[in-house]
Amino acid sequence: MGMLEIRNVDKVYHTRGKPPVHAVRALDMDIRSGEIVALLGSSGCGKTSTLRMIAGFESVSSGSIALAQRPIHELPPAKRRVAMAFEGYSLYPPLTVRENIAFALKAQQLSRSEIAQRVDNIARLVEIEDILDSHPRALSGGQQQRVSLARALVRDADLYLLDEPMGQLEPQLRAVLRGRIKGLLAERGMTAIFVTHDQTEASALADRIAVMEDGVLQQFANERELKNRPANLFVASFIGEPPMNLLETTVRRAEAGFRLTAGSGMAFDIPSQTLAPAAQQALAQADRIKVGIRPQRIAIGSGEARLRVVSNQWLGDQSHVAGECAGHLLVAVTSSRVAARPGDVVPCALDAKNLHLFGTDGLCIRHAEAR
Amino acid sequence: MDHSSLAGRIFRGIALAMVLVFFMFPIVWILLMSFQTNEQILRIPPRILFEPTLANYEALISGQLRTAAGNLQISFMRNLMNSFLLSSASVILALLLGVPAAYAFARFKFRLGETIAFTLLSFRFAPPLLVLLPLSLYYQQLGLNDTYFGIVWVYQLIALPLILWIVRGYFEDISPDIEHAYRLAGHSWREAFTRIAVPLAGPGIAAAGLLSFIFCWNNFVFALILASADKQPVTVGALAFVTASGIQYGQIAAAIVLSVTPTLLLALYAQRYLVEGLSLGAVKG
Repeated sequence: MGMLEIRNVDKVYHTRGKPPVHAVRALDMDIRSGEIVALLGSSGCGKTSTLRMIAGFESVSSGSIALAQRPIHELPPAKRRVAMAFEGYSLYPPLTVRENIAFALKAQQLSRSEIAQRVDNIARLVEIEDILDSHPRALSGGQQQRVSLARALVRDADLYLLDEPMGQLEPQLRAVLRGRIKGLLAERGMTAIFVTHDQTEASALADRIAVMEDGVLQQFANERELKNRPANLFVASFIGEPPMNLLETTVRRAEAGFRLTAGSGMAFDIPSQTLAPAAQQALAQADRIKVGIRPQRIAIGSGEARLRVVSNQWLGDQSHVAGECAGHLLVAVTSSRVAARPGDVVPCALDAKNLHLFGTDGLCIRHAEAR
Repeated sequence: MDHSSLAGRIFRGIALAMVLVFFMFPIVWILLMSFQTNEQILRIPPRILFEPTLANYEALISGQLRTAAGNLQISFMRNLMNSFLLSSASVILALLLGVPAAYAFARFKFRLGETIAFTLLSFRFAPPLLVLLPLSLYYQQLGLNDTYFGIVWVYQLIALPLILWIVRGYFEDISPDIEHAYRLAGHSWREAFTRIAVPLAGPGIAAAGLLSFIFCWNNFVFALILASADKQPVTVGALAFVTASGIQYGQIAAAIVLSVTPTLLLALYAQRYLVEGLSLGAVKG
């Protein structure tokens, strides 16, 4: 049973004298109870609009949202049973940190000792015990952000919305807090959606990641699925660090399937039996398609292809080798140290089974073989 | 800034003193005049040292203006009361109307919103004489001439745009998410306005209220045309001191001192509050 059901939601902003902006298009999402979901995308992709529609600060242009089987998209924010941590912190300036957090509990009619207990617990979790009696204006951005996070998490709600919850924190603290917040959410079975543009944060905290671009949900899956089976070109190039290598190829029919040629001396044979019927049809009709290969799937040191090294960096646990191969700039990642200097030519292997094939519409028609 | 050089500090001191003298002199001079008789004031050359008299204040408070030609009845205290009544009522009404309107203009974009806001502002820079004639004709027709209600209404032309535009800026400086957070915690839109937005914009509302109070207090022309003697404020009432037998400088000075005092006290009180408000206004975070 879904906790949050978003059905065919559109958001269009109308500004007088300007063309309407279609911020979210036909969004469909189901979030299970106790699930942690990341909305990932570049700025302006519609992720914050989505969050604000769920919270009730933006109206839904069309479609419906249901939370715990209650349609909520026409309720005022106060009645939605949703808690939110805002990107701009939005603390009440005249109140101390303690009062700010306790304030969120006022409407719940708890006893004074219960409130104090909860505030202390959440303060310990996000490490703000020592600033509980300060006023927000005396705090740094990172501290304010943690207070804002505490104020949202301290409440009892059906859904927690976190807008860039850790953007202002120092990397070390961020890693610690991620673990603790994930622990808290899991322990209490809290359902949460958070917005981020940081892939590391999304994969560390979320059970599933919704990748958005141009107001359209591109793919909604766990991190492994996004990496191994990207739905389209956008997801393929957006997820993964360094990004997937993309090559333009010409398609030709061969004996047992198709031959994809990417410049001089680089060709891949794709046997028909590795292709679904629809993929075969798409390839048969296309002249040129894009193929992608993850940097981790390019083997350095053996193979028939030749890579002229442009740069080679050892990052302590992996090598990033960038080079030119048959007129394409490729990046390869290996876990061992590569002894090559710029200008050197090293052998490398690009195996056809490691290729993702993208149709002319950008959708992935064949994924690389799972490892 | 560190002005450590001695010459610089001396120069600054002199410059400040000059500015102070320039602005304070008329006020001090009027204060001195208010304790002198007409003869003492008109002495040439004028003297700083004199025997102070409270006769001017007595005359104002008792309403008996003694001139060379005889005693005149004046209703200065009533005028002062009128000023107070009209200005306060106007500011209260303008706050009741203007603060919610300012909030609406700050938070919501609606059809013709900017046009309406600008039209309201344009009342401020149109000269009062422009509207005075049609207004007095309308008022005669409607029976609003020479009523407190009518004058308070016309004072909205002064107070409302001022409050609307100043308070709007303060509301715009408050992040809407602060109200959003409050509403998510189970409060209505109205509660977010009264408990979060209005208190946070408090210093701005106070400043706007104070300014419009002073502007209403200083208004002359509307009250001159639209009110008769018993409804007139001090600004108009002061005309009574220009008598057939001469100008009563001493009483005018005393009247000025009395009529300036309330606004001065208000400004001094609010100044402390405003400074407090400015440091508190660091909401943007």
